[in-house]
Amino acid sequence: MSSTPPSTPSFQPSSPRLGRWAATILVAAAAWVAAYTHLTDFADVFVGLLGLARGTHAAEAVHFFIYDTPKVLLLLVAVVFIMGVVHTFFTPERTRSLLAGHAAIFNYLLAALLGAVTPFCSCSAVPLFIGFLSAGVPLGITLTFLIAAPMIDQIAVVMLAAMFGWKIAALYFAFGIVVAMLAGLILTRMKLERHLEDWVLNIQRGAAATNISQTRPSWPDRFDAAWASVKEIVGRVWPYVMVGIAIGAGIHGYVPAEFMAQIMGKEAWWAVPASVGIGVPMYTNTAGVIPIVEALYGKGAAMGTLLAFMMSVVALSLPEMIILRKALKLKLIAIYVSIVATGIILVGYIFNLIL
Amino acid sequence: MKNIKVLGSGCANCRNTIRLIEEVAAANGAQIMLEKVEDLQQIMTYGIMATPGVVVDGTVVHAGGMPARSKVESWF
Repeated sequence: MSSTPPSTPSFQPSSPRLGRWAATILVAAAAWVAAYTHLTDFADVFVGLLGLARGTHAAEAVHFFIYDTPKVLLLLVAVVFIMGVVHTFFTPERTRSLLAGHAAIFNYLLAALLGAVTPFCSCSAVPLFIGFLSAGVPLGITLTFLIAAPMIDQIAVVMLAAMFGWKIAALYFAFGIVVAMLAGLILTRMKLERHLEDWVLNIQRGAAATNISQTRPSWPDRFDAAWASVKEIVGRVWPYVMVGIAIGAGIHGYVPAEFMAQIMGKEAWWAVPASVGIGVPMYTNTAGVIPIVEALYGKGAAMGTLLAFMMSVVALSLPEMIILRKALKLKLIAIYVSIVATGIILVGYIFNLIL
Repeated sequence: MKNIKVLGSGCANCRNTIRLIEEVAAANGAQIMLEKVEDLQQIMTYGIMATPGVVVDGTVVHAGGMPARSKVESWF
């Protein structure tokens, strides 16, 4: 990679790392836009080269696959990189200090919003949970945060916007926030502290949390961190994405048009809870579900039903429950799952009603 | 001889962190005693909120995600 920094005055020439990053990002962004705007051409040419006649089942399935794979991967890389930079501004410690001590309604909103932007992986759910409680963040607010984090998935927001338009993405975001807030508020009313495992309660009373001295990262540090998360997340997620796109391609090519309208359409009232029931035990990630959602939508499935399916796949996962089980008693987990599932079902119905 | 503990419940990032520390230590010729702490209750006594965490000679020096190579090098 050539490393001549651009001579824009806003960049300090004294920082060659920053210059290198600026140049790399500019080139990458240009290449990204060029690739993203030629996805259909690329798929058309590819299908033509294979000698497949458009309109046949096989040609449509292949076209979907060849069109969607670069599209989803391009979106994924861009979102993960940008969110990787945003994440460097929100450490769990900082989020915690913003949330500690108050139980006002505003703090539920804040917790839900921070849940959407604070980075943590599901293997950190328990340390985070206990870290929040031990610093005096109320249980309901902590749970709002934990519900919002997987439910309002940034990748989902961007992909929904790219596939179905920004209105649906905005509604998804808004409903995710509302469900997380309501679930936290209801859980607070239920006075659930007694359902924490005993050792958690003991830590809660005792520990003053360690604070690691954290220096403010420089911009090149932020970009380094973002690139590391691209490598980590895309490297982990891409097989799920390929499987999801392959399933989506099969649906797109071979399922008769309007077939899904009967099973997953607006008129089928039971479709929403059924989709959630199927979605909860499924474990994949957003980028893997979106192509399936896209294909089903093309076959007449209702948007609300599909969103309910997607949210239940992403927000409620069995592996996460197993990790949370170490800190929460079974009853609290059951309450947590049923409240979130109910919220998702309501979102599904509301979406079907207004779209 | 440095005593290094990696705190984490066995996720991919924790394993990668251990590998990175071993690599950097070997490259610097540093003698280390590397210990894996996987028990959650024990992890929580260090007061970290995100795993993997790294403890060098009793002090928490890192929490959350893979540490950067340069950061690991600064511990030796």
